[in-house]
Amino acid sequence: MFPNLNNLPVYDTTGVNERVKRFCSRSIKKSSKVEGLKLAMSMIDLTTLEGKDTKGKVEQLCYKAMHPHDVLKDIPKVAAVCVYPSYVGVAKKALKGSNIQVASVATAFPSGQSNLEVKLNDTKFAVDQGADEIDMVISRGAFLAGDYQFVFDEIASIKEACGKAHLKVILETGELDTLDNVRKASEIAMYAGADFIKTSTGKIQPAATMQVTYVMLDAIKDFYLKTGKMIGMKPAGGISNSKLALQYLVMLNEVLGEKWMNKNYFRFGASSLLNDVLMQLVKAETGLYQSPNYFSKD
Amino acid sequence: MFKSSWTYHEAPESTDHIQIKEQYELYINGAFTKPVEGKYFDTINPSNNQKIASIAEASKKDVDKAVKAAKKAFKGWAALSGKERGKYIFRIARLIQERAREFAVIESLDGGKPIRESRDIDIPLAANHFFYYAGWADKLAYAFPNRKVKPVGVAGQIIPWNFPLLMAAWKLAPALATGNTVVLKPAETTPLTALKLAEIIHDSGLPKGVVNIVTGAGATGAEIVNHPEVDKIAFTGSTGVGKYIQNAIAGTHKKVTLELGGKGANIIFEDAAIDQAVEGIINAIFFNQGHVCCAGSRLFVQESVANVVIQKLKDRMETLIVGDPLDKNTDIGAINSKKQLQTIENYIKIGLNEGGEIYQPNCNLPKKGNWCAPTLFLNVSQSHRIVQEEIFGPVLAIQTFRTIDEVIEKANNTPYGLSAGVWTQTGSKIFHLTQKLNAGVIWANTFNKFDATSPFGGYKESGFGREGGLHGLSSYVTFD
Repeated sequence: MFPNLNNLPVYDTTGVNERVKRFCSRSIKKSSKVEGLKLAMSMIDLTTLEGKDTKGKVEQLCYKAMHPHDVLKDIPKVAAVCVYPSYVGVAKKALKGSNIQVASVATAFPSGQSNLEVKLNDTKFAVDQGADEIDMVISRGAFLAGDYQFVFDEIASIKEACGKAHLKVILETGELDTLDNVRKASEIAMYAGADFIKTSTGKIQPAATMQVTYVMLDAIKDFYLKTGKMIGMKPAGGISNSKLALQYLVMLNEVLGEKWMNKNYFRFGASSLLNDVLMQLVKAETGLYQSPNYFSKD
Repeated sequence: MFKSSWTYHEAPESTDHIQIKEQYELYINGAFTKPVEGKYFDTINPSNNQKIASIAEASKKDVDKAVKAAKKAFKGWAALSGKERGKYIFRIARLIQERAREFAVIESLDGGKPIRESRDIDIPLAANHFFYYAGWADKLAYAFPNRKVKPVGVAGQIIPWNFPLLMAAWKLAPALATGNTVVLKPAETTPLTALKLAEIIHDSGLPKGVVNIVTGAGATGAEIVNHPEVDKIAFTGSTGVGKYIQNAIAGTHKKVTLELGGKGANIIFEDAAIDQAVEGIINAIFFNQGHVCCAGSRLFVQESVANVVIQKLKDRMETLIVGDPLDKNTDIGAINSKKQLQTIENYIKIGLNEGGEIYQPNCNLPKKGNWCAPTLFLNVSQSHRIVQEEIFGPVLAIQTFRTIDEVIEKANNTPYGLSAGVWTQTGSKIFHLTQKLNAGVIWANTFNKFDATSPFGGYKESGFGREGGLHGLSSYVTFD
C-alpha cells in the first residue's frame, strides 16, 4: 500500500539537533556501560565492502566475527557479516554453525544506478548464494525527482525477490539533503515492505548521523502505532567508537524502548567499532586500557 | 508502550572539589562581617532537607552599614574610566569560568536544580553576562549617542531563588558597568552561590564597598527597599512583593525595575514540527522544575493535532528522570523548598477539585527531600484557577484551540505578560503572533532560551524594565 506522503510530520533541524545533544549528555557509567557495550557488540554488522575484497579477506573477517576476542569471557558474537554478493557463498561457508547472519548488499550498490532487471538479478544471486539479509539501496535520483511511486515499486519488487531473506533498505541519507526527505523516504520504504531501514552505504559523506537516525526512529514509531508492525533500524558508516555507539543506544532506549533493544530490531553497520568496544570491555574488567595491538585487525 | 529498559547507573557529579564553610558572614565594605545582632539561619539542601551551612541574617543596622559603604564607594567607582571598570568585570567573568564546576555543584546542592542545567546553563550564562557588560563599560557613549550618561547611585538588588547566581549576574553586571554601587540580597533559601560570588569579587580586587552582599529573608529585603539612601531598586520575584515595593517607594526619588511572575502561553499550531514542539513543551514547563517566571505553563494546542501532541508528550514524560540533582542523568531535580512544594501540591489539589484530568508518569520519587512528579492537567479552561495563577512548579495546564484569533485572545487573557512560545513552520504566522501577543519575550519554535545580548522583561503584572542587552543598561543610568 502506497503511503500518504502529504500529511507527514515535518522536522525542525535546530530542534532535532538539540534533542540529539540531550541524548549525548546522558552519562553511561559502570554496570550500565558494560551492559550497553555488550548490547552494541551483539548488534554489529561487521562489514567489508571494498573493490579489493577477496576470499581470503572475507574468511579472515568471518573468523573475527566468531572469535572477536577469545581472552574475554561472556561476550556476545556480532549479529552479522556484511559483504558484496560475490562473497556471500564464502561467508556462508566460513560462518557455518555460528548463528551469525550473512548480509549482502545488492541492487547495484552503492549508487543504485541500473535497471530493475539487473537489480533483481543481483538480489536473487545473493539470496541463492545463501544471504540471510539483503541491504538494498533506493534510487535517490528518482526520489529527488519526485517519482516516489517508482521508488516504492522498486523496493516492493526487491522485497519479493528476497523471499525469506530480510530486507534492509538503505536510504543514503547523505544524498537526501533534508530531514523531511529522510522521513518521506523512510515512510516509502516501510510501506513497501522493508524489514529494516538503514541510513547509508558508507560510501557517501555524511554517513549515519544521530539526527537522521532520530528522524528514522520517529518514523518507525509512528509506523508501529499505525500498523502494529515493528521495523528495525540500522545506522551505518561513521560509528567507530564506543561512546558514539552508546549514545545511539541511549537514543534508541528513550525513543523506541525495550522492544527494539536487541539485534532483531537494531544494528550498527560498522567495522572499526568492534575493536573499540572490546577495548572498553577489557578496561571495564581490568581497569586498564590496553594497547590497540592486543586487539586483532581482520 | 515505548518503555525504556536500560536503566542508567547513577552518575553523580563529584563534590570533592568544592569548599563550603560552616558559617557565612555578610560581605560589607570589602570584608566578611558578622551581623550586628548575631543572628544566623540555615540553608537547606532541598534534595534531603539537611542543613548545608549557617548564613548571617542582616538586620536594619547591617543593611544600613552596607548602603553607607556603597554610598561611600560610589564617588570613586563612578569616577573611574569605563575601561578600568570593565577590567574588573572581565576579571569576575573569568574567575567564574575558572570555578564553573564548583559553582555548578553548589548551585545544585543549595537549590535542587539538576547539575545538567546548572553546569550547561546557569553558570556559563552568568559568566556570559559579566563578559557582555564588561564590554559595554567603556562604550556607554555609543549605547546612548549624544547623551551624557551618569550612573544612578546605590542600587538595591533583590534576587530570587530559582536562578541564584544567574540572577545575581543579570543585576550586578550592568550596574557595575554603568558605574553604580550595589547592595545585593540573595534569596534566603539559596544564598550560597552569591556568597561564593562575594569571594570571587573579593579576589578580583574590586574597590571595597562597590558590591555588598547581605543575606536574609523578606525583612532584610524590606530594609533595602525602604532605605532612604538607596537610589534604585531592581527586584526579581513574586508579583505580590513587586506590588509591595512599588507601594513602598511611591513618592520617593527611587528608580525601580521589577521582573515578576508569569503564566506563559505556549502555542502549538497544526503545522508545527510536532516532535520538536513536544520537546519544547518539556523545556518550557519542566526546565528547573518549573521554577521559572517565564515558564510556558499554559499550553495551547490546535485541536486537529491535540491527540497526537498529548500522546507524544505523555510518552516523552515517561523517559524523564526525576531524582538526585547532582546526578548527571537527572532531568528534573528537587523542589526548591518545603514551602514551595506545599504551594505546588495545593495547586494540584485545586486542579483536581476543579475537575481537571491529571496525568503524571510513573517515576520513582526519592523518599527524603522535596519532590514533585511532572504533572499535566487536561480538560481545563481559562476559568480554572490552575490556568490563571502562577504555580511555579512542574505543572502544565493544557487547553485546545481552533482558530488563530481565539488563541491570541486566550493567550493575552491573563494579568501577566512575560513570555510566550509559538510553534509553526509558517514564518508569516510567527510574525503575526509576535505582534499580537502581549508578552515581553516570545520564542518561535523554541522555548526558554536566554542570552546576555537579549533583553528580558515583562508587560502588565509581570513587571517593567528590561534586563540584558543594550536595554539592560538604561535602568542603571540617568542623563544630564
